[in-house]
Amino acid sequence: MRFVLHVWRQAARDEAGHFQRFEVTGVSGDMSFLEMLDLLNEQLIASGEPPIAFDSDCREGICGACGFVINGDAHGPLPGATVCQLHTRSFHDGDELWLEPWRSAAFPVLRDLMVDRGALDRIIAAAGYVSVATGSAPEANTIPIRKRDAESSMDAAACIGCGACAAACPNGSAALFTAAKIAHLGLLPQGQPERTTRALSMVKQADREGFGACSNIGECEAACPKSISAGLIGRMNRDFLSGAWVERSRIRGK
Amino acid sequence: MNLDPHIPAGPLESKWDTYRRTMKLVSPASRRKLDVLVVGSGLAGASAAASLAELGYRVTCLSFHDSPRRAHSIAAQGGINAAKNYPNDGDSVFRLFVDTIKGGDYRSREANVYRLAQLSSNIIDQCVAQGVPFAREYGGGLANRSFGGAQVSRTFYARGQTGQQLLLGAYQALERQVGLGRLRMLTRHEMLDLVVADGVARGIIARDLVTGAVVRLAAHVVVLATGGYGNVFHLSTNAKASNATAIWRAWRRGAGFANPCFTQIHPTCIPVSGEHQSKLTLMSESLRNDGRVWVPRLKGDPRPPNDIPESDRDYVLERLYPSYGNLVPRDVASRAAKLVCDQGRGVGPGGYGVYLDFAEAIGRLGAQVMTERYGNLFEMYQRITDEDPTRVPMRIYPAVHYTMGGLWVDYALMSTIPGLFVIGEANFSDHGANRLGASALMQGLADGYFILPQTVGDYLGSARLAPVAVERAEFAAAESDVRDKLTRLLRIDGRQTVESFHRRLGKLMWDRCGMSRTAAGLREALQRIPALREEFWRDARVLGGQGEINQQLERAGRVADFFELAELMCRDALARDESCGGHFREEHQSPEGDALRDDERFSHVAVWEDAGPGATPRRHVEPLTFQTLTPTRRSYT
Repeated sequence: MRFVLHVWRQAARDEAGHFQRFEVTGVSGDMSFLEMLDLLNEQLIASGEPPIAFDSDCREGICGACGFVINGDAHGPLPGATVCQLHTRSFHDGDELWLEPWRSAAFPVLRDLMVDRGALDRIIAAAGYVSVATGSAPEANTIPIRKRDAESSMDAAACIGCGACAAACPNGSAALFTAAKIAHLGLLPQGQPERTTRALSMVKQADREGFGACSNIGECEAACPKSISAGLIGRMNRDFLSGAWVERSRIRGK
Repeated sequence: MNLDPHIPAGPLESKWDTYRRTMKLVSPASRRKLDVLVVGSGLAGASAAASLAELGYRVTCLSFHDSPRRAHSIAAQGGINAAKNYPNDGDSVFRLFVDTIKGGDYRSREANVYRLAQLSSNIIDQCVAQGVPFAREYGGGLANRSFGGAQVSRTFYARGQTGQQLLLGAYQALERQVGLGRLRMLTRHEMLDLVVADGVARGIIARDLVTGAVVRLAAHVVVLATGGYGNVFHLSTNAKASNATAIWRAWRRGAGFANPCFTQIHPTCIPVSGEHQSKLTLMSESLRNDGRVWVPRLKGDPRPPNDIPESDRDYVLERLYPSYGNLVPRDVASRAAKLVCDQGRGVGPGGYGVYLDFAEAIGRLGAQVMTERYGNLFEMYQRITDEDPTRVPMRIYPAVHYTMGGLWVDYALMSTIPGLFVIGEANFSDHGANRLGASALMQGLADGYFILPQTVGDYLGSARLAPVAVERAEFAAAESDVRDKLTRLLRIDGRQTVESFHRRLGKLMWDRCGMSRTAAGLREALQRIPALREEFWRDARVLGGQGEINQQLERAGRVADFFELAELMCRDALARDESCGGHFREEHQSPEGDALRDDERFSHVAVWEDAGPGATPRRHVEPLTFQTLTPTRRSYT
């Protein structure tokens, strides 16, 4: 197979970027998309040109390190998959593909297809946890959890923190990422004591990072490599509102 | 080299209690003035960093990823063992201890393994409290499944994403400390050297992978939680960036390296599809609970699997090991697969694969139950191979998965350099010559949550450490070494890519120091590795500069270290003139092809000491004494 690639090249965070055109030949359909880029990079190095920088690590869709936009789709055209799980057989011979980094004000481009997603860590640091210090846990089977709740919690917890939701959203909103963590913990008894304050703090932090607000478009769900439901955002909004009312009462001294 | 493991006296069951009763404590006021550096943010590193910060130490944690949550622990699929005995099937701390020692082919320390089994239950409690969504039964209790090397069901799991969920628990605990201002997280920072001053570890040199700046970090304690070195084989189930540089640099600074040749080959991986392959994908061992391994009875049988009748199939593991069947330990299952493929009965392109067939389980349990259990694994397989494993049997083949070897540590997880602690896969401690499934997560979290936070305090409570500033000569010297190496790599200006060298090294290691080894093969590797390494330093091409994001430079440094480590692995494999666990020397096998240990000569940990550049490393020995168990030949028949 042969592809024509237009790849976003940007030397550093504050430099201007541009698209560069490449022709890649000798691609086999068994190659993953990133292996095709590896091949291109090998060829670039051989000819003395700087290789394309992109993040990737596990190459099996679980670490969340990889991700860029292919012809306008975050993680490419295959639903429920990261770009490392995409195979070249998903494209046609001779296809022309445009590769861009995540575009979001909260994800500055570091180089080529690599961005800084530290904002997502800071949303977790704001309250995306259960406050339990090591050693203070009760016996694990003390609190029974309905199988159905554990399953729903796991559905939300499957988020890999890749940032595709924010990149796909026309508002640049990280609502799906934030909602997934709020639902994962909020669906479990362990997450109840901090449920509303968690939502409040995490949503506030997302605002501070420069992510936009959710207006129910649904691009995030379509782009999510773990197919996390945008319905969770409604849950987040409910928890956020409860938290906001509690905070309001506290400020008023009631 | 002092290899006293400092195991507390007294009966096995109370050693850890004895340790804790007699260890030194550090007052909360003093902890606020003590710096701890944790390198790595996987299960071991993140849990240690979070727990130490909770105690009040000033913790800095480094990760070369863009986020601590990317660490390779995240890819662990199957589960985590714990001796809870919830299924009431006869499990106990003692049985988990026995299974782990036996699974490791009697090449690990009784005291360490017993402590691991004791702490296993606390891990589950801790993770559940954090909100890890483990699988549950309808009654609301935690679910368990069985795993290789055990006859009880003691494995806790979160679908096929157990590692992810446990890591996210530890990551969230870590980020909580970041949010509270008690922990400094340095992402995209890679450790490139260890700084030893006055004979104790006092800091590291790291490179900021975004700006390229080389930075000095000082501390009272350095903890390495940097994972394993399976990528020395180029193709492995490890993530692309996993590497040995941190532990290798520490070895160069005087830390002993224990059992470097002990590598684990995992039996259930998706076979290699071509030269372009960048890594191998594991299919969780849990699949062997419901999958049956078979190959055609006849050599080169051309029929598609579903056209081969029962009478023409050889269910290899069930035939060879009737009592454990498809649940024999990993090394045993891997060798059986290699054996039948070498006989010409392998399946798939290239003939290096065996079938893992779910038809019987689907018939027994129904497709829905199977999808509930293994849905995401089936999907993953189909995505890669374009085949549906519920209709056509999976094809699997062994691949490098884990390294039991690592830096030597004593009972307190401290290396031969005082003040340098090593946890998780980076150390050698608990798995002997072969790790059982679902035990890596257990060890990483036992080390990080429960052992290290105690033993670091014991060390700091008794060591009298002068303040150390990064201006000291030792920091300057280490920094200059790091800069020299980076400059040398960029100046080679050769013709071949770093990747091509890595591929060649990996092929050589897989052929000569992989699933089975011979003295002649290892001697040959010991000749060829230095030549290849010399060629690397003469003809590798690394472009770009130091002061920018330069992924080629990062990889070049890691591959350069793999070249050195590969040699030590072969040396160790040659010196260990016996077969044990994952270390299979063809010269030492039973007529049935099982590993034959030599307890007279090799019931010990081999610990290698760097003797300086160009000199042959020195081999030392820590004898293993078994007071509770009697080493026997492992039998899974």
